[in-house]
Amino acid sequence: MTLTDLANPTKFLALSARILPWLAAATAVLLAIGLYQSATAPDDYQQGATVKIMFIHVPNAWLSMFVWGVMSVAALGTLVWRHPLADVAAKSAAPIGAAFTFLALVTGSLWGRPMWGTYWEWDARLTSVLILFLMYLGLMALWRAVEDPSRAARAAAVLTLVGAINLPIIKFSVDWWNTLHQPASVFRIGGPTLDRAFLVPLFVMAIAFTLLFLTLHLAAMRNEILRRRVRSLQMMQANSRAA
Amino acid sequence: MSLGPYASFIVTAYALVALVLILLIGWVVVDYRSQTQRLRELDASGITRRSGRGATELT
Repeated sequence: MTLTDLANPTKFLALSARILPWLAAATAVLLAIGLYQSATAPDDYQQGATVKIMFIHVPNAWLSMFVWGVMSVAALGTLVWRHPLADVAAKSAAPIGAAFTFLALVTGSLWGRPMWGTYWEWDARLTSVLILFLMYLGLMALWRAVEDPSRAARAAAVLTLVGAINLPIIKFSVDWWNTLHQPASVFRIGGPTLDRAFLVPLFVMAIAFTLLFLTLHLAAMRNEILRRRVRSLQMMQANSRAA
Repeated sequence: MSLGPYASFIVTAYALVALVLILLIGWVVVDYRSQTQRLRELDASGITRRSGRGATELT
C-alpha cells in the first residue's frame, strides 16, 4: 500500500481498522508500565513527591506542541498538495490537542502552587502555552462556523500555519525571556539534567501518551470520514427528493 | 507510597488527567456509534453511495 492509496478514505478506513486494536493495546501496556514506574519513582530531593506531577505534565506539554505540528503538516497537505485526508487529519487532531494543552496548563498549575507558591504567573512560557490553547479553541470554532467544508479547510489551514509561529516561541521562551518556568532539562545541549530514576518513567509516559494520541487521532479521523459520508449522502437524499 | 504534604495536588493532577482522557475516549466512541447509526438510517432509506456500495459498508 502506497501513500497515494491512503488518499482514498475507503482504503484508509480499512487500514486504520487493522492498526487501531494494536495501537490501543500498545498504549494500554505502556501506560500501565509508565504509571507503575511513576508511582514507584523516588522523591526528588527538592520537589519531594510533587515530581510525580512531572510524569504527566511534561508528556501533555510535549503533545500540546506536537499535535499542532501534526496539524501544520496537515495544513500544508490541504493548501499545497490538496490531499483529501489532510483536512480530516487536522480537524480531528484539534480537540485532542486542546485537551492535552488544557492538561499541561492545569497540571503545571497544580505543580506550581506548592513549588512556586502560585498557581499562575504571566511569564512567557505559561502565557505562550495559554495562547496555544486559545488558538486550538479558535480553530475548532472556525471549523464549526464555516458551513462549506472546503472553505473551512482552507481558512483553518492558513490559521494553523500562522499559529505554528507560536511553537518556537513556546520552546525558546525560557531562553529568550527571564521566566519563572525552568529552562529545558531534557532536550538540551549537554544532555538531560534529570536523574535516570526520573528520566525513564518520563520517557515511558511520553511514549505512552504519544501512542494514545495516535490511537485517538486515527479513531477520530475515521469518525470524521464517516461524518462527511453522512453529509454527502444526506445531500444526495435531499437532491433526490427535490428532483 | 507516601505522597507527603502535597498529596492533594498530586492526586488532583492524576485524577484530572484520567477524567479528561476518559472523556476523550468516550467522545470518540460515542461519535463513532452516532455516525454509524446515521449511516444505517440512510442505508435503510435506500440511499447508496456513488460507488453503489451501501452506506454502512465501511470498506
